[in-house]
Amino acid sequence: MHIMEGFLPPAHALGWAAVSVPILAWGLRSMGRGLQAHPERRMLLGVAAAFAFLLSALKLPSVTGSCSHPTGVGLGALLFGPAAMVPVGFVVLLFQALLLAHGGLTTLGANVFSMAIVGPFVSYGVFRGAAALGCKRSVAVFLAACLGDLATYVTTSAQLALAFPDAVGGFETSFLKFAGIFALTQVPIAISEGLLTVLVVNAMARFNAHELRALPVMAQRGREGA
Amino acid sequence: MKLRSWLMWAAIVLLTVLPLCLISAAPGSEGLFGGSDDRAQQAIGSLAPHYKPWFAPVFAPASSEIASLLFALQAAIGAGVIGYWLGLSVARERARNGDAAARDQRAD
Repeated sequence: MHIMEGFLPPAHALGWAAVSVPILAWGLRSMGRGLQAHPERRMLLGVAAAFAFLLSALKLPSVTGSCSHPTGVGLGALLFGPAAMVPVGFVVLLFQALLLAHGGLTTLGANVFSMAIVGPFVSYGVFRGAAALGCKRSVAVFLAACLGDLATYVTTSAQLALAFPDAVGGFETSFLKFAGIFALTQVPIAISEGLLTVLVVNAMARFNAHELRALPVMAQRGREGA
Repeated sequence: MKLRSWLMWAAIVLLTVLPLCLISAAPGSEGLFGGSDDRAQQAIGSLAPHYKPWFAPVFAPASSEIASLLFALQAAIGAGVIGYWLGLSVARERARNGDAAARDQRAD
């Protein structure tokens, strides 16, 4: 779930947009260059984008008694690097802000930062870290997608806590309050996203072994069994 | 491998269904399984009672039916692309293996 339209004070909305726009521009350029150099990756990038589209439309029930949705950006981040997923996440968020009154245009900068920037970067970092530690590919993929998803909602909680600090406890109290709403709800959903991502990567390893091995991120572990 | 995939699917289903079965509404509370963003809205209301959203969505679905139509459309687009890729991949694998049996099946 994203920050609702109009629910960030103008200064915060502008600030997050100022952070996100240059990263989005960089992501677009890097994605364009990647596709120009490797047009054969279009199919898998399309699948990764479709995965994000599909997953962020599914609002799932959770242990807190409320619903939230996975983000689906971890898959693309660990295949193509985090930069490629910034524009993808942006398109998903724009679609939902314009047509679904979910998230919003004024909060788009902040939501892009949490879902399209922090999420993919955490996923990518976790994947690289787990791979370097010698984890099996499926374990590394699971951890990457799961923790990237959680990181998105921890970020959302922090963004709201910055905008609405508690009168007494300040940022910390407010952060715990928002994390109790967003991050806690997200835990089982993030686990589901991790498992789903493993299933998709396994399918890619079976059907697109050649393309997968050519991806810089997967290259070192591409030959391993799932 | 096969078994593990089934177990993963089962875990995903359980993770989704169990909350629905285990959690029942606390007495006096209303509306279970609303969006977490609605809860956040309430939290903002208690943290900053005077805050008023300064911008309204440019377009809001006319009803929850229309909203679910659009969410379903979004999911359908995603699932459609993934289905296309899976179908293509399976067909390609079959062609590569020269699977005669599969070809016969397709012929009739």
